[in-house]
Amino acid sequence: MSDTLGTDTATGHRSQGTSRVGGAATSGSPTRPRPASRRRGRAKMRLEIALLSGPAIIMFLAFVIFPVALAAYYGFYRWHGYGAPTDWVGLNNYKLILTDPAFQQVLKHSFLIMGLSLVIQGPLAIVLALLLNQKIRGRSVIRVLIFVPYIISEVIVGTGWSLMLQSDGAVNDLLRHIGLGSLQADWLSNPKLAIWTLMGIISWKYIGFAVILMLAGLQSIPEELFEAAQIDGASYWQIQRRITLPLLGPTIRIWAFLSIIGSLQLFDLVYIIWGQYVSGTAGTSTMAIYMLAQGRNAGNYGYGSAIAVVMFLISLIVALIYQRFVLRRDLRGAVTEGVV
Amino acid sequence: MSATTARSWFSSATEPNTPAGRRDTRDRPQKWGNPFTYFVALLFIGVCIAPVLYIVVGGFRTNSQITTSPAGLPHPWVVDNYINVLKSNTFWGEFANSVIVALASTIGIVVLGLMVSFVIARYDFKLKGAMYSLFAAGLMFPMVIAITPLYIVIKDLKLVDSLFGVIVPQIAFGLPTTVIILVPFLRAIPNEIEEAAAIDGASRLGFFVRMVVPLSLPGVVTVGILAFIGSWNNYVLPLYILNSQANFTLPLGVQAFSSQYSTDTAKVLAFTSLAMLPALVFFSVFEKRIVGGLTGAVKG
Repeated sequence: MSDTLGTDTATGHRSQGTSRVGGAATSGSPTRPRPASRRRGRAKMRLEIALLSGPAIIMFLAFVIFPVALAAYYGFYRWHGYGAPTDWVGLNNYKLILTDPAFQQVLKHSFLIMGLSLVIQGPLAIVLALLLNQKIRGRSVIRVLIFVPYIISEVIVGTGWSLMLQSDGAVNDLLRHIGLGSLQADWLSNPKLAIWTLMGIISWKYIGFAVILMLAGLQSIPEELFEAAQIDGASYWQIQRRITLPLLGPTIRIWAFLSIIGSLQLFDLVYIIWGQYVSGTAGTSTMAIYMLAQGRNAGNYGYGSAIAVVMFLISLIVALIYQRFVLRRDLRGAVTEGVV
Repeated sequence: MSATTARSWFSSATEPNTPAGRRDTRDRPQKWGNPFTYFVALLFIGVCIAPVLYIVVGGFRTNSQITTSPAGLPHPWVVDNYINVLKSNTFWGEFANSVIVALASTIGIVVLGLMVSFVIARYDFKLKGAMYSLFAAGLMFPMVIAITPLYIVIKDLKLVDSLFGVIVPQIAFGLPTTVIILVPFLRAIPNEIEEAAAIDGASRLGFFVRMVVPLSLPGVVTVGILAFIGSWNNYVLPLYILNSQANFTLPLGVQAFSSQYSTDTAKVLAFTSLAMLPALVFFSVFEKRIVGGLTGAVKG
């Protein structure tokens, strides 16, 4: 470890790479003198910067920032998608959203999906990661297999599950065969049930990612801490509660952040399983689905764009609140201060 | 940790719950471990894999088998469904489109991302922080929010229903993740190496090509894999941009196929299985890289 800069003595992390996930205590970039760059001609350096960063920035501005800005612009118009928008309605679309019962419905769904994702996947993933972190045979095989649902595309997950969950499909057939025939149900079309079906599929698809992330977090906890605790006579549960969980904290918080943003913007799975028309009646519609339903299907592009903006604002506000109150200690010096 | 020495009911091979000396912890872990752990692990794997197996095995059945016993095993096993899919031009055409789109997107994301990350990580200039924040903010823009205006932009560029119309925005949307992952990698390259290169007469660009690219290879591979799988699985963008079946990528192909043959479940299952195979193979080859990338650790 002699060559590392800014090594944190408590955790033994290297200063750089682990900062995003593993290191609450790591300090981002240590101050780095750059004597070489001083001597270099400013003009030449500017040219290099422009050449190297220009293409990426132009692409990014043209195909990410500009469309997003365009969505914000369309949100101020009543516009049906033909020609340039002319019918300026100011904040009317936004006022409409506030009183639109259908939007409130999808907003409720989105937040429900967000909350349930955290509550279902989080504890389960932590417990599974703790178990799988033990020294057992075939760990790498296990890691590959639990990651499979995450790797498979939403289309395939959706197509497969919707076939299995049809009323005469494999799931109901299986239930009948193992004597649980009373549990057979219309998993996809019963509006009371469909949201739970969706949660089941979401949990199945994304739990592997959570477990792998937690496992990675666990690996970064130095072995010596456990050994020291054992010598001091701590029990297994004491060790988990007082050492593992706190040190896994940054990983858990980053995972929760990704899960929250992903939930608020959920689109593919719902669209593929329930399609563009029935997701509303099945009770699984999300903000993104409603946005497309208004824009592309109903032709209210202005209103759809306003929904997109609201969706973005909600994500942004949730993310900012989360960063301010939860991620703060993890990110300090890692992402924000590391660069400036 | 001094408070109690309460014994837990849960005994684990790696975490002895009695006060134990170093010798004990050294000797025990290399054994097979706790049966309970294996049981939970197997159960978990079963839950993860069973639906996938259902899709794969389902392709080996006939439709009448599926109707009479949807959850049963094939009896007898039939390979016709798979053979028919493998003989169809539709499947291979969509496969080729997916490969083209994924490769082009990956190359674009890696090359452009590496260049801009290098600037952010190793140059000193006023707008550096702003540049990084710009890309970091990009993580907050999912494609679905911008999809309608994006479609209009692509339409104005006359790229609708062309693979370019999918590749170009995919590169743009792939850049934020790439920058976030690569910047720490590039910054971790010791300054001494750069100074040594400068003394040896290498320009900054020469340093970039000769030293940075090889040294950041682990990060580049991680980013490349994420980009490839992301592109392979992308659904929203192709859904909007591509209209004609000849240009479909596999995700669109799966959906078109499953609605076209909605009564022919076995065939749909065979098509779906073959469509997910490439991503699975690709993933199992690079599994270590992906998991390593998630830890974000720079080891070297």
